[in-house]
Amino acid sequence: MVSLLDIIGPVMVGPSSSHTAGACRIGLLVRGLVGGTPERARIELHGSFARTGEGHGTDKALAGGLLGFRPDDERLRDALDIMEREGLDFSFEKTTLSDEAHPNTVRLTVERAGQTATVIGSSLGAGRIRLSEIDGYPVELTGHLPTIVLVAADQPGSVARIAGILAEKQVNLATMRLTRKERGGDAFMVIECDEPPGDPARDAIADLDWVHWVRALDKVGG
Amino acid sequence: MYKSLADAIRDAEASGRSLAQTALALESKDQGRSIDDIRSALRRALVVMRNAVERGLEGDLRSASGLVGGDALLVAKSHAGPMSGTLFSDVLARALAVQEVNAAMGVIVAAPTAGGAGVLPAVLTGLARDRKIPDERVIDALATAGLIGAVVAERASLSGAEGGCQAETGAAAGMAAGAATEMLGGTPSQVGHAVSLTMQGTLGLVCDPLGGLVELPCVFRNATGAALALAGIEMALSGIQFAIPVDEVIDVMGEIGRNMDVRYRETAGGGLAATPTGRRLAKERLVQIRTARH
Repeated sequence: MVSLLDIIGPVMVGPSSSHTAGACRIGLLVRGLVGGTPERARIELHGSFARTGEGHGTDKALAGGLLGFRPDDERLRDALDIMEREGLDFSFEKTTLSDEAHPNTVRLTVERAGQTATVIGSSLGAGRIRLSEIDGYPVELTGHLPTIVLVAADQPGSVARIAGILAEKQVNLATMRLTRKERGGDAFMVIECDEPPGDPARDAIADLDWVHWVRALDKVGG
Repeated sequence: MYKSLADAIRDAEASGRSLAQTALALESKDQGRSIDDIRSALRRALVVMRNAVERGLEGDLRSASGLVGGDALLVAKSHAGPMSGTLFSDVLARALAVQEVNAAMGVIVAAPTAGGAGVLPAVLTGLARDRKIPDERVIDALATAGLIGAVVAERASLSGAEGGCQAETGAAAGMAAGAATEMLGGTPSQVGHAVSLTMQGTLGLVCDPLGGLVELPCVFRNATGAALALAGIEMALSGIQFAIPVDEVIDVMGEIGRNMDVRYRETAGGGLAATPTGRRLAKERLVQIRTARH
């Protein structure tokens, strides 16, 4: 359903909702996955991101997102200078990911405090985005709602247990998706919530001994 | 939101309300937000729009490639044109200003998109200043513009990559014309005619930016889009009734977009982007962007 405010908005730094605002949102989500600004990032641009990204400030927008700037933050314009000033090691290169990849796609490999993440994300137009792969797991993460992501041992009852914890903490679920690389291996869960889940809910999930890793991501747009 | 402007116009006329009120009531129901809350979001959008106009008119901004910037001030200061100093010239300058801000990575409202962001603020804030229209009525006009844009998104497209520039500056011009017609006292039915009379003039318009960048001709196409909106407003408020119903005009824009060769849909493969000079400038200026960085 189209909302009137989708049409009169978003407020954003130009020049392109897909190449600038969308790229910034991808950076913000990836930042959330490692819990803060990464010290190192290898940023590989594919398709139209590679061809017209520089003129659209896609590199600045991605770096700005990793620094925690939102799409309407004028500091995006100076994000590359800010990155250098803060001694962050972000590198950009052009690549071809696959023929099927969306034209506006980027692969980011980031590192913060010993944690790493490799993510593939696409900007779908009008500022909408989708992360399609995290550390080899196929996912679907749009950032239009507050989202919990976690990796857990794939065992019976895991989904019910986590849904139970969220219900106890009064968090209303919008969607829940589970993907895995192979049967019986670890599973990646993406849980979209109607409101921010809060630290107690996240910590209760992290305390489960079969949960390896959990993050709560802020909504980044839409 | 409505999927047909004819439906919205019929509901507005039946209830004796404006299209703005009709759209705000439905948006409130659809999204579970109060009308006051929606209006305050639109009020914030209006502030950003005005700031972008003012920032662009300072004239010092340049785009990443250096191809655009400073032209809004040129028009605003000019005494040479046949319409210098008039509302028409002011609206042109405002459209250029917002789009120059966008090209220079300044803050704008993507309404409906970043590439077409100059038209709506130019027409609404230009007319509001000229006619001393209070902000609350400009905010109503933004709601009407949102309704028109939502119908275009539903029935056709708002993306240059899908439908060419007719879907970006063309849709923006239709939104601006309809919204301003209501702001100036036009009836819901006149709003529909203003949208049709404006968009018929943008059918088939291709999206052909040099190097694929939202710069040239985008900045100038926002100005000509705003000019077409003024033409549509003038004709609709004079009582002209366009024979093809507005929903059908929007539908055919979508159909033309779907049939448009991919070279003319934001790929820089055709149109101005593929002229000898277009290709040369794109190549030179992209090199310049890289050199400036390192």
